[in-house]
Amino acid sequence: MSSSVEQHSPLLRDAAAARRILRQMVLIRRFEERTEEQYTRARIGGYCHLAIGEEAANVGAIEPLTDADYLFGSYRDHGTALAVGSDPAAVMGELFGKATGVAGGYGGSMHLVDVERRFLGGWGIVGGHLPIAVGAALALDYREADGVVLCQLGDGAMNTGAFHEALNLAALWKLPIVFQVINNQYGMGTSVAMASAETELWKRAAAYEMHGERVDGNDVDAVYEAASRLLQIAREQRRPALLETLTYRFRGHSVADAGKVYRTPEEIAAWKARDPIELFAARAIEAGVLTADDVAVLRRDVDTQVSDAIKEAASAPSPDVAHLYDNVYGDAGTGEQFARMDTAAPFGERRETRNWRT
Amino acid sequence: MTYREALRRALDEELERDDNVFLMGEEIGRFEGSYKVTAGLWKKWGGKRVRETPISEEGFVGAGIGAAMLGLRPVVEIMTVNFILVAMDMVVNHAAKISQMFGGKINVPMVIRTPGGAGAQLTAQHSQSLEVMFAHTPGLKVVAPSSPADAYGLLKTAIRDDDPVLFMENLILYNQTGPIPDDDGDEGLVPIGRANVVRPGDDLTMVAHSYTVRRCLTVADRLSQLGVQAEVIDLRSLRPLDVDTVVDSVRRTGRCLVAEEGWSTFGVGAEVAARVHRACFDDLDAPVERVGGAEVPMPYAKPLEMAAMPLEDKIEAAARGLLRDCGVL
Ligand SMILES: Cc1ncc(C[n+]2csc(CCOP(=O)(O)OP(=O)(O)O)c2C)c(N)n1
Ligand SMILES: [Mg+2]
Repeated sequence: MSSSVEQHSPLLRDAAAARRILRQMVLIRRFEERTEEQYTRARIGGYCHLAIGEEAANVGAIEPLTDADYLFGSYRDHGTALAVGSDPAAVMGELFGKATGVAGGYGGSMHLVDVERRFLGGWGIVGGHLPIAVGAALALDYREADGVVLCQLGDGAMNTGAFHEALNLAALWKLPIVFQVINNQYGMGTSVAMASAETELWKRAAAYEMHGERVDGNDVDAVYEAASRLLQIAREQRRPALLETLTYRFRGHSVADAGKVYRTPEEIAAWKARDPIELFAARAIEAGVLTADDVAVLRRDVDTQVSDAIKEAASAPSPDVAHLYDNVYGDAGTGEQFARMDTAAPFGERRETRNWRT
Repeated sequence: MTYREALRRALDEELERDDNVFLMGEEIGRFEGSYKVTAGLWKKWGGKRVRETPISEEGFVGAGIGAAMLGLRPVVEIMTVNFILVAMDMVVNHAAKISQMFGGKINVPMVIRTPGGAGAQLTAQHSQSLEVMFAHTPGLKVVAPSSPADAYGLLKTAIRDDDPVLFMENLILYNQTGPIPDDDGDEGLVPIGRANVVRPGDDLTMVAHSYTVRRCLTVADRLSQLGVQAEVIDLRSLRPLDVDTVVDSVRRTGRCLVAEEGWSTFGVGAEVAARVHRACFDDLDAPVERVGGAEVPMPYAKPLEMAAMPLEDKIEAAARGLLRDCGVL
């Protein structure tokens, strides 16, 4: 019996891998639950989009990335950052707007980044990062490098003009990139059926002579298998692909949206019954790769890890307002001149008091 | 009535008055609008008059232009002004050009409503005040009301106007309350291109639009404690700009400060200052003072965001500096 489970479950061939995958998914879940709680305690401001329910889509697609590969995401990026291995304390630090955050407290929830792990950003304008990800793939191809780009996007983002231009360029130029549509079936309160003439989103790839495919985004094995395969094809044959991972966000669009007006309780319950973490944990236990105890211990470890991340972020310093003008340009040479163009502090037009009438 | 409700009432009344008026935008139907301006309208008017769109700004702004060319009066909502950049080509290269480029044979009676502004830690890509980009462009009209009455009156005027109007709202203003006319006739209409003196005074002219008007009123109250009476002018329209109202005031006060939430460089303050310097050169006690947002993409951390915004304290400091230069303080 366990062998048939393993057959469908490439991740269960290796206990260490199974543990790592489960741990990452549990980490995302716990991190997001605590993020929601910290938001209500006003330690986090602005927009805050949680990835609860989308753990398998994130972890399964990001797991196969190598040290040569690059990752782009949308503003729903906490799970993306954690899946690629960013330090939870630095991610929480960013949400808290602290100097220790992944972007020094300048970017916030929507603009996580981890250059060391080649995660080139959470982006806030829907669809805006797609052409940019194509450019990263262009650079890899230009340098004849081994790497591939994984570019995540939402179902809603597929209706932007940038999507069409990006996919056509990627296919036309034969670039090493996989577009992962995290189809959680809604863009804010708008269902896929209300927004897309073709509701089987993967089919749209055909218009660009690109391979398209849909997998169960709550099944981390299925996502992992498809992502590994498509990334490899993109890497070796320079054939880009569109991978649709069908999933569901358990929460509202952002913490400000209860997510209930436009969805029925039955629909939400049906998807919660297919919780990606529960599915994988049950499968791992059934296959004898992990025990129920292992899972409980892992959950406790993660609880502690997230609590520690919160403590660390809470006690970290805020960025110093003296650094307000830092990094607006990469070129430090002209920084002072630009700062002097500002009519306000710290230089301003007004640097001394004078009497204009004399 | 809140600013939000005033907008909603104007939309509702114009939908009632003219069958050619229809609304279009993301989340404006079932979801009732990201900021709830259109709440209830989809239920009342249905999907033909309140059309929900995918995230396709370039597409539906362009569709608005085309529909307007055939005589419909689309009122397009862009969720926040930041996203209009995706449709900038449609607005600047197309909507703004049509009337003149086609020899006055066709016009574009379209309104684009969209909120701007910062202050809720929405960061670099979601906190901008981009109205000057449109005020820069011949062929467009740009209005930016700061009170419920002006929101109501200007929106109705904009919908009835035969040219493309960019209607700037503001996220913080949505909850601002104030009276609007009871009856739904035409006396609540506010003309485009007319500034409003919202507080009279003889010692200093403060010029602003949108939410910054409220900030200037607070600063004016503070200055009155020092015996200085500031006149506050709400521009209401940026294009066309009501230079006369500003000039009349500055001729009296001899001092002028322009505040705006956007960046000052090449901004509203730059424009008003240039015109005031020319018209009032002999009346001025000192050069026109400008206050704007710090010239950085908006950072996330609260202390940085506060430092970047042209809040009351900054406007007050600039006003005091100006008054000091003139020997008033
Ligand atoms: C160009 C643009 N238009 C509108 C928005 C506002 N907005 C933010 S998220 C969102 C929905 C996106 O849905 P989807 O792509 O499915 O991603 P999900 O939120 O489901 O992860 C919208 C309309 C935006 N950020 N950018
Ligand atoms: Mg979605």
